[in-house]
Amino acid sequence: MTLAVRDLAVRFGGVTALEAVTFDVRPGSITSVIGPNGAGKTTAFNVITGYLRPAGGRITYEGVPLTGLRPSAIARRGIVRTFQRTSVFPALSVEDNVLTGLHLRGTAGFLEVLAGRRRLAAEESGLVMDAAAILEFVGLAHRRREMARALPYGEQRLVELAIALAARPRVLLLDEPGAGMTGAEKAVVSGLIRKIREQGVTVLLVEHDMRMVMGISDTVIALNGGRVIAEGAPAAIQAHPDVIRAYLGAPRGPA
Amino acid sequence: MTRAGGWLLAAAALTLPLWLSSAYHLHVAIMAGIFGVLALSLNLLLGFTGQLSLGHAAFFGIGAYTSALLTLKGAWSFWAALAAAVALAGAAGWLVGRLSLKLRGAYFVLVTISFAGVISLVSVNWIELTNGPLGLPGVPAPELFGWSLRSKTAYYYLVLAAIALSYLVCARLVKSRIGRAFVALRENEPLAESVGVDVTHYLVLAAVVSAGMAGLGGSLYAHYTRFVSPEVFLFTYTVTMVVMVVAGGKGTLAGPLVGAVLFTVLPEALRAAASWQWQMLAYGVLLVLLVFFLPRGIVPAVQALRGRDAS
Repeated sequence: MTLAVRDLAVRFGGVTALEAVTFDVRPGSITSVIGPNGAGKTTAFNVITGYLRPAGGRITYEGVPLTGLRPSAIARRGIVRTFQRTSVFPALSVEDNVLTGLHLRGTAGFLEVLAGRRRLAAEESGLVMDAAAILEFVGLAHRRREMARALPYGEQRLVELAIALAARPRVLLLDEPGAGMTGAEKAVVSGLIRKIREQGVTVLLVEHDMRMVMGISDTVIALNGGRVIAEGAPAAIQAHPDVIRAYLGAPRGPA
Repeated sequence: MTRAGGWLLAAAALTLPLWLSSAYHLHVAIMAGIFGVLALSLNLLLGFTGQLSLGHAAFFGIGAYTSALLTLKGAWSFWAALAAAVALAGAAGWLVGRLSLKLRGAYFVLVTISFAGVISLVSVNWIELTNGPLGLPGVPAPELFGWSLRSKTAYYYLVLAAIALSYLVCARLVKSRIGRAFVALRENEPLAESVGVDVTHYLVLAAVVSAGMAGLGGSLYAHYTRFVSPEVFLFTYTVTMVVMVVAGGKGTLAGPLVGAVLFTVLPEALRAAASWQWQMLAYGVLLVLLVFFLPRGIVPAVQALRGRDAS
């Protein structure tokens, strides 16, 4: 039931982005990946979700290897991500954004669609209801008909979350869900993440906001220079000398 | 309003041969119809998946040649040849879709242009089959239950049926999860992948349907003009389709049809009104004005106006 990352290595030309990265994401947990800029957090996300091929190492979910699969195939196995920079379907209504996220829940095939089978109308209205429920959950029900790109930044991030939830994730990877948000908005997002976990979804997130990370995580993984430097409960990580050094730099040694 | 408008439009289209007195006007209507099918076909790719096929005339030409050759040399019935034209053009669409697997934007455009270039060269040089630049004269007129559809009125209804079918295919696809997958590819491909949309699969599907539809247009064209030559692969055909889709409103269902009617009727009207040089100038000026003032196309502009009235 675990998402397991083993000996992951990624290189861009001569630059090592990840080296020997190994960690497990326990089912039902909220796990955070932290680290200074360039530590390899987003790279790890890109590899896990199939957007980047690793130079070495393996990723398995419930014992089944994911390495080498396309992102859509990985999503089909229940591993769904969001992106660091706001990523919605800009010219579609908020509802259509979520309906697109519901792609895997639909079953209509090409010939069935052309034949205009009556079953499909029932399926469509079921999907619209699912979309409404998801929008209700993230608090965007009132924005249903608006175009995604017309929404303020914070709400676009919520649309993004709604799209990911629509894909019915078993493991949800959130790349800086709180980035650029106000304190109040971050609190809303933290609350949503907890609720998502309560529904049995495992959450893995990359986040810079330490208050948010320490407040909601069960486990924190600290990366620096492409390596895991510490892993453990939030309090232990906060006190970990290597983590402090990574963020603040090494204390000046004796001259 | 939309529903009533739709019925009114359908009634007008069905009774058009009664209103149009001259064979010439009917000819323009038939050509507008054939281009309507082509514009609908291009719009499926350009408007919904966001990929510009600048080799669309290739699928049109493949349809025309397939249908002409099978009826001329194979003595197939028109209907069987029509089906084969759709199938073969669709297969060509599949090939182009697979070739451009990971290619988007300019690279996709280049693949489609190159494909059209190659096919055009084949039509000129494979003389035993295609009769080369001389073309294939005497393509038979279609028959239905022993009735010849040689008359313009009959052919008009055949084309009208083809438009209705193409429109229905587009409408059903677009309003389904398949259409949403097409649009997702246009709007944000990485995001589409992240929620399980197999983007390549849907791009290939759109290419196959689009190319098959263009093949339908090609077959209709061949049996209407009764003559097919390498001219069917001309780049101008593709450009005309693009102009129709963009001016009418890409990514809308009605836009390509509006564009097809406008840009078939307009050059003919200009031909009656002005000398050749002025025709091209007026055509160009109108196109620039359209792009300037209605950058998203006629249909979206009308929809926006209506929306403003409603609120």
